[in-house]
Amino acid sequence: MQPPSPATSPLTTTAISTSERTKRFRGGQLAVDHIDLAVPPGAVYGFLGPNGSGKTTTIRMLLGLAFPTSGSAALLGVPMPDGATRVLHRVGSLVEGPAFYPFLTGTANLARYDAADRTADPATARARIEGALDRVGLLAAAGKRYRHYSLGMKQRLAIAAGLLQPRDLIILDEPTNGLDPQGTREVRALIRQIAADGITVFVSSHLLAEVEQICTHVGVMRTGRLVFQGSLTELRHTGAARVTVRTADPEAAAKVLAGLDLADPQATSGEASAVLGGVSPEQICAELVHAGIGVRGFAVTSPSLEDLFVGLTGEGFDVSG
Amino acid sequence: MSAARFYNSELRLVLLRRRNLLLLAVTAIFPLIIGIALRLAAPHPDGGNGGGPAFFSQVAGNGVFLTFIALSTLLILVLPVVVAVVAGDSVAGEAGYGTLRYLLAVPAGRARLLAVKYGVIVTFGLCATFIVSVVALLAGTVLFPVGPVTLLSGTTVSLADGLLRLLFVTLYVAAAMAALGAIGLAISTLTEHAIGAIAAVMILVVTSEVLDNVPQLAAIGPYLPTHWWLSFDALLRAPADTATLLHGLLSFGVYAVLSGSFAWARFTSADITS
Ligand SMILES: Nc1ncnc2c1ncn2[C@@H]1O[C@H](COP(=O)(O)OP(=O)(O)OP(=O)(O)O)[C@@H](O)[C@H]1O
Ligand SMILES: [Mg+2]
Repeated sequence: MQPPSPATSPLTTTAISTSERTKRFRGGQLAVDHIDLAVPPGAVYGFLGPNGSGKTTTIRMLLGLAFPTSGSAALLGVPMPDGATRVLHRVGSLVEGPAFYPFLTGTANLARYDAADRTADPATARARIEGALDRVGLLAAAGKRYRHYSLGMKQRLAIAAGLLQPRDLIILDEPTNGLDPQGTREVRALIRQIAADGITVFVSSHLLAEVEQICTHVGVMRTGRLVFQGSLTELRHTGAARVTVRTADPEAAAKVLAGLDLADPQATSGEASAVLGGVSPEQICAELVHAGIGVRGFAVTSPSLEDLFVGLTGEGFDVSG
Repeated sequence: MSAARFYNSELRLVLLRRRNLLLLAVTAIFPLIIGIALRLAAPHPDGGNGGGPAFFSQVAGNGVFLTFIALSTLLILVLPVVVAVVAGDSVAGEAGYGTLRYLLAVPAGRARLLAVKYGVIVTFGLCATFIVSVVALLAGTVLFPVGPVTLLSGTTVSLADGLLRLLFVTLYVAAAMAALGAIGLAISTLTEHAIGAIAAVMILVVTSEVLDNVPQLAAIGPYLPTHWWLSFDALLRAPADTATLLHGLLSFGVYAVLSGSFAWARFTSADITS
């Protein structure tokens, strides 16, 4: 048996690429709007966006479950959905939560999906199923009926199904949905392990904090559009640093900042702030002193990733779409 | 090879369901009940059952006829229900569980999945039909005398010839059920609600049977899906009425091909949103 992955030169092809991919449902709902995904091989790509922003619909199209309205896409270099039966056996997936037969055991459920795979070797099925169950820590519950599984066990079984065969790409749609903090940590550790084996991971979430620690790249969706795509470092660089002055007279301080042509000067109780831009902090400090403002505190802060993410997706509680 | 493994997995899934096993048990029990009821009524050989098919009165003289009685009785409702449940559930049930999206992501292949599903539906219908025949034959042998078979045309043939005709009758009924299974499969691709699909198949069967009995609609009768089901008595004549049989088989074939094409066209182009 060959080791999982770089079997088929994933280094030379993009793991996932889409161009102008669009999905309009029959009711007229535009769920995905001309998105151009580029997931580099070996990446852990966080696919972020609020509820209803089109993440699941994008994933359904990637897997050939839903047919696109327009645009093109390729998984591991194979065009989709036409190449579905040629490439999907190299792709493990979890879409919109686990789904199994409630009346079958964990093992029997995995055997069912394995039997449907024409590339799976029946001679190794038993070993592969046990290996996958072991990997997600589910061996002890392997003989239990799925009906009696806890939420976390169901989620693990779904990930195990994604690991039945050696894969080059794993697509996980909200894999930590409904899990407790402990379960969330375990899934995160599992994703790290999968990535360490050289498998490209595409993981969707509506929480940046959930994937921030494991992702190398992120794509951010908002109402069906991809509003940002790049590495985490690139995302950080999109945020403008702000200068904040603590003072007894914030109005006057804000005037000085505005006088230096700083953008978005604001005065709140006890604080004045503005976008730093190209002006050096030293010069701002000197100007404030020169204007006779009593400076109690002075700070330059970059926005957190969370702030940037909220800035991209909007703060509202209402779902998009 | 890989298709055989998928087919086995599918068949095991269907046969593991308690509901489906119960249905098979019911098909086995009905011929027994009919046999016992006829045995209790037997003292009056030429009385009763006047309205039934031609061979109803023959059973007292020959137990083999219990098989034809059982098949024609169960064809009205029980066998169609058995096939409707498995066929209606086939795709809709997977959609309802959400397992359909994972099967297709495996990838099972849409056309391949449909073919395997249909293969199992046909197998299940065949099993149910043979259960009726075999149980009825055993019950008939125990409850009534068995010997050379007097056909509907008046000719008497040997028991072996009679049993061979029984085999063909059973296969003919299984073909009718295979056509119904294709209709059920097509309906099953339209919904995520298995119960809805099963109900739709049954409504179709009952509507067809009712329309087939309205004399004013005799002109459309031959085109109804259930019209030729009971025509297996054409095999119980010497010589067999092959024209009727071929009509029946043609009707089953046309329904199976049309429904199969519809199911394929629909299933290979539908968004899986379950
Ligand atoms: N089958 C469908 N028919 C019509 N509209 C749909 C369908 N499926 C999804 N939509 C719409 O498409 C939009 C995107 O939905 P999608 O499920 O892709 O969002 P999501 O980003 O996965 O959200 P969540 O984080 O809640 O899972 C939503 O507005 C949704 O209402
Ligand atoms: Mg979703």
